[in-house]
Amino acid sequence: MGVRTWIRDWPVYRQLTGTDPLGRGAAAQSDRSKALTARTGTADSMARSVCPYCAVGCGQRIFVKDGQVVQIEGDPDSPISKGRLCPKGSASKSLVTSDRRQQKVLYRRPYGTDWEELDLDTAMGMIAERVLAAREQTWQDTDPEGRPLNRTMGFASLGGATLDNEENYLIKKLFTAMGALQIENQARI
Amino acid sequence: MAEAHPVGFQYVVEAKKRGAKIIHVDPRFTRTSALAHSYVPVRAGADIAFLGGIVNYILSNEKDFREYVVAYTNASMIVSEDFRDTEDLDGLFSGYDPETNAYDQASWAYEGQQDDEAATQDEGESHTDRETASGLEQESHGPPVPADVPRDPTLQHPRCVYQVLKRHYARYTPEVVEQVCGVPREKFLEVCEAWTANSGRERTTALVYSVGWTQHSVGVQYIRTGAIIQLLLGNMGRPGGGVMALRGHASIQGSTDIPTLFNLLPGYLPMPHHTQHETFREWVDAIRHPEQAGFWADAEAYAVSLLKAYWGDAATADNDWGYGWLPRLTGDHGTYQQVLDMIDGKIKGYFLLGQNPAVGSAHGKAQRLGMANLDWLVVRDLFMIESATFWKDGPEVATGEIVPTECRTEVFFLPAASHAEKEGTFTQTQRMLQWREKALDPPGDCRSELWFFYHLGRLVRERLAGSTLPRDQGILNLTWDYPLHGERGDEPSGEAVLKEINGYDVATGAPVPNFTSLRADGSTACGCWIYSGVYKDGVNQAARRKPGAEQDWVAREWGWAWPSDRRTLYNRASADPEGRPWSERKKYVWWDAEAGEWTGYDVPDFEKTKPPSYRPPEGASGVEAISGDDAFIMQGDGKGWLYAPSGLIDGPLPTHYEPVESPVRNPLYTQQANPTRKVYERSDNLTNPSPPERHSEVFPYVFSTSRLTEHHTAGGMSRQLAYLSELQPEMFVEVSPELAAERGLEHLGWAHIVTARAAIEARVLVTDRLTPLRIDGRVVHQLWLPYHWGGEGLVTGDSANDLIGITLDPNVLIQESKVGTCDIQPGRRPTGPALLEYVVGYRARAGLEPDHHTPLQTSPEPEEA
Amino acid sequence: MAGPNSLYGPLDPAPDAGHVDAPPRMGFFTDTSVCIGCKACEVACKEWNLIPDDGFNLLGQSYDNTGGLTANSWRHVAFIEQPVANRGGATDSPGAFAGLPVGPSVSAHTAVVAAGSGQDMGTDPGIPPAVDALAAAATIAPPRAEPQFLGMPMADLPGRTMDAPRSDFRWLMMSNVCKHCTHAACLDVCPTGALFRTEFGTVVVQEDICNGCGYCIPACPYGVIDQRQDDGRAWKCTMCYDRIGDGLTPACAKACPTESIQYGELDELRARAQHRVEKLHEQGVDSARLYGNSPDDGVGGDGAFFLLLDEPEVYGLPPDPIVTTRDLPDMYKRAAVAALAMAATVVVSFLGRRP
Repeated sequence: MGVRTWIRDWPVYRQLTGTDPLGRGAAAQSDRSKALTARTGTADSMARSVCPYCAVGCGQRIFVKDGQVVQIEGDPDSPISKGRLCPKGSASKSLVTSDRRQQKVLYRRPYGTDWEELDLDTAMGMIAERVLAAREQTWQDTDPEGRPLNRTMGFASLGGATLDNEENYLIKKLFTAMGALQIENQARI
Repeated sequence: MAEAHPVGFQYVVEAKKRGAKIIHVDPRFTRTSALAHSYVPVRAGADIAFLGGIVNYILSNEKDFREYVVAYTNASMIVSEDFRDTEDLDGLFSGYDPETNAYDQASWAYEGQQDDEAATQDEGESHTDRETASGLEQESHGPPVPADVPRDPTLQHPRCVYQVLKRHYARYTPEVVEQVCGVPREKFLEVCEAWTANSGRERTTALVYSVGWTQHSVGVQYIRTGAIIQLLLGNMGRPGGGVMALRGHASIQGSTDIPTLFNLLPGYLPMPHHTQHETFREWVDAIRHPEQAGFWADAEAYAVSLLKAYWGDAATADNDWGYGWLPRLTGDHGTYQQVLDMIDGKIKGYFLLGQNPAVGSAHGKAQRLGMANLDWLVVRDLFMIESATFWKDGPEVATGEIVPTECRTEVFFLPAASHAEKEGTFTQTQRMLQWREKALDPPGDCRSELWFFYHLGRLVRERLAGSTLPRDQGILNLTWDYPLHGERGDEPSGEAVLKEINGYDVATGAPVPNFTSLRADGSTACGCWIYSGVYKDGVNQAARRKPGAEQDWVAREWGWAWPSDRRTLYNRASADPEGRPWSERKKYVWWDAEAGEWTGYDVPDFEKTKPPSYRPPEGASGVEAISGDDAFIMQGDGKGWLYAPSGLIDGPLPTHYEPVESPVRNPLYTQQANPTRKVYERSDNLTNPSPPERHSEVFPYVFSTSRLTEHHTAGGMSRQLAYLSELQPEMFVEVSPELAAERGLEHLGWAHIVTARAAIEARVLVTDRLTPLRIDGRVVHQLWLPYHWGGEGLVTGDSANDLIGITLDPNVLIQESKVGTCDIQPGRRPTGPALLEYVVGYRARAGLEPDHHTPLQTSPEPEEA
Repeated sequence: MAGPNSLYGPLDPAPDAGHVDAPPRMGFFTDTSVCIGCKACEVACKEWNLIPDDGFNLLGQSYDNTGGLTANSWRHVAFIEQPVANRGGATDSPGAFAGLPVGPSVSAHTAVVAAGSGQDMGTDPGIPPAVDALAAAATIAPPRAEPQFLGMPMADLPGRTMDAPRSDFRWLMMSNVCKHCTHAACLDVCPTGALFRTEFGTVVVQEDICNGCGYCIPACPYGVIDQRQDDGRAWKCTMCYDRIGDGLTPACAKACPTESIQYGELDELRARAQHRVEKLHEQGVDSARLYGNSPDDGVGGDGAFFLLLDEPEVYGLPPDPIVTTRDLPDMYKRAAVAALAMAATVVVSFLGRRP
């Protein structure tokens, strides 16, 4: 930076020579202020999404920069929400980026008093074993009259109202094929 | 609505700006009331009396939309002479069996049907339907109703539905509404006048309810009463009308359409029952009812296509498309039965998928004790929730009921991917599917449910590979070959799953355009017939995003609504029987005689080229039997049902019953509460006494619970976020100044609330937004609680759902959790084991021995305890 | 030199602050008649501007747990619970609570009788002492004479006594924000140039300049600008200077579900607001009035103005705000005269020394 530039950038110089003699506007604007832009404009990508809270189904735009969500705001194109969001929808960025989010598999062994960490693949294998064991131990081929039951009452599940249709489809398909009946959902609550 | 669905409420505000009158009926003055022209306080749990009063107002003043009613509802049909009403039997309909607490529904049938065994339900079938939550299923499929039911289009026959309805509600006068609901006559009449004046040819009224309505022992009947009003006033199937459920979870509609529910398969096909549906034929015929009219007649095509989607080439005509691999129901396997079975040690493992029953389900203690008695528990969530930590620091650890070193439950916490980190569709509250693009990959070990279940299935199949056991063939033959993609290359393609849901031609793999293309011969596969068309033309229709501003007000090019992209159901009713719009102002779908087809702003919910003049030939069934003026095409008789001649467990007409826990005697009938409700009588699920039982005064106040704008359900997605937590940082209870004075409660002080299940504490907000009501001559206080709090998160507190016991609506097995009785006392609750003793003390004073029996049928004579 | 009215009276502030070819002045119109108190504005503001939370405190001021505008809350929704005779003429219907009971409930004893459960049913736990009729009657506190709970921020609470009948009730909600005054005292007193007038006529604190001197805090006639405890700097609404520079709507107005917060060119907003008030008056809402819209008021008009349904004081707003630097030119003039006089005196005295 040349001395002349340096002097020109000096607010007092600008105040004395510019249009803002009281130094409350143009002359007072800092370089940072001058350079400010909306971070939505500099995002690497934008995904068109839907709010995960209630069932109104407000449109969301999710802006991502350097692998991080930098903003989630209403999608003005949505004929449902017209770009608006409630406080929960407006807090979606916190929901996704919160440092309170669990990112590690945790395991509590029987009679344990605290969590332990567990490798995801190991956990998946353990869960598959337990599902099969519970199924094996509780399998019912028929009722007392010999009519088919073809089921296990050994395990149950609850959830899905905030899951995607595709996810619920796989849950139902897999559990049904395994003979598991006790699948329930917030819709019953 | 402003409280729980603020963005949806923008349309109410817009309507208000244009001059619409907004009426809000609610036990408490909410943010919705603040914007309404008129707020009507009402007693929680008295909605049928209120709405029944409106039905009475409509009928006794002949305010119904007569032409619509005669053409599109079953008002003219003649009911069997064997039918006896609650007005005749003091709160019971004919056919009640005190042994099973269920109805023999034969006498409810239309004239000439009462002796037809196939057409009616006996008490045993009603009992089975209650256990399997099938009541509504029967209704939606429509029991067999032949076209030749005797009718009286003049509506004068004393046993026609119109007259039956009129007699049934004759006693629901404004005076009775005031007595039962606490709503002053003039306020009530204001509602009646506004609703009826704003309905008819030129105007329509929308009835919007939040799903707290479902959480009652007569929840289904609440909604039916609303539907009766809307049918009588001609508001169904028309723009600006309808009965609109505001649902509270992003895809809760989707999770009933593609159900994770024990009694359903995708598209509302019933899960087979071991006696009723022993064979494939029995199962299919129970859905399609041969001989009946309507689109359920094609159910075999939907059923076979589902089995083809599940089992592909292994599903053949020879093996009944794999029907034998489906598990069978034997009774109630719902979430509350499951929890009680967990307490009893009958269930070994449990998956929780974005669900927090320790806070969000009724009877929190039962939920937590059940989970503490499992072999293993898998919790998948974004944040650490109470249902994953009950063994560590839950309320029962404090009371000594759960000792960590003695609790054997093995717990796996698997972090989940957020909505931004996966692709897929949500189905919102108007049945519209919207596709979400993935914004980025999930962090760390976080994975989608799609990933979890795909890989769980893969691991299970690997372990069972080569098995010849019959039980394993359903898993091994499953089509489970979804393409993988994503950063790690192991994420199943959501779009591939959506294509399977849409359905495809088995030979070519080409997506089917519509459910009418599905076949029962195995040539098509379809994961959910009502979603058929979402991948029409090989295009993800749910991903359509033409800006709303560039479309008309129906906005058909945004997302995709089932069925067949119809935005308003039964929209044939928006035109008169001849197919002309009822009025220019309310035109929506109409018959274009020149073009010979139905047209309009929406996709017609009717066969495109079936003219209004069409009449079915003699002996027709199925779609062919739908007349050109039968607007309700899914009903067995093509009509909107004012009266349900079969199917509903608790009666053909909604009747006022008191909530299971009520401080007052039913002012209308000797029968106190719903005589067919589903109960679980156990020492760990005691019910507060209500009249005519003694000691109801131990729990003298009525409480209700609901949401706050600032939080979400059980708090897992809101109490973890600072920006939401700071807005409502503590559990509180709202009381009127009168109740505060009566119990010595101080604003911002502590109080505790007690029921037979639990005592919880909360900070007190004294507010004029709650008011005492005069019910049947006495003053009844109501208090209100949000239910968002629990022990985890940035802000913590006691859970309101701990107060609630488990008693269910008989049709759908949803719990009564929006009304109950309680006591409230100043100060904090006891802690540790003293808390248990404190609640036991209340039970003793209320006469609740561990084996206490609450009679379902209440007679005028004193009850034997 | 500054024009005669640079510190008081009507003015287009951006050109006055040296912005050549300034775009139209932008502002907020907050229409409280459609505010549903959802607080989306508070959250959207914090998400965009990355503001720390304000602590988790139940304040008991109706549903307001934010308390006011602070360095960490640039939007604040006030809730006012008001028993009223009728709802400001908004409806000709009977009051929501008209005819409902007041006073303590019928005693526990009459409850027993009315419940029709007087028969002995063979159980014998006995009626508990707590609900014995006489004992229960004794526990019922006498009616309080003083007004019961009410929302903030009202100085004189129009409470309802226990024996006064209920008639109607209203719940006012208002999303408050920095007013972006035409004459902004905070800016006028800022010694570092941290506060500046933008080309949009808004007033913004530049976080890279502010040194936390705090002069601006007492200068604000609305009590808006505030110092953050940890870094000492002053913070307030920037009207999302970074967003509006890119032609975007500020976060709060974008989120607002009911268009209670509207953003746009100030002239157009003022016309729209006037129209809205007239419409409300037509609909019988006589209490509707605008606040901060007039260029002739004590701050030269606000860049963020409001439609209110009651007196400003009811919402905790000053009824007649005046820029605290209004008299600065006069003070300067007097100071100059005094200085000259003093100088003259000094000269005279020096001169006077000369022999």
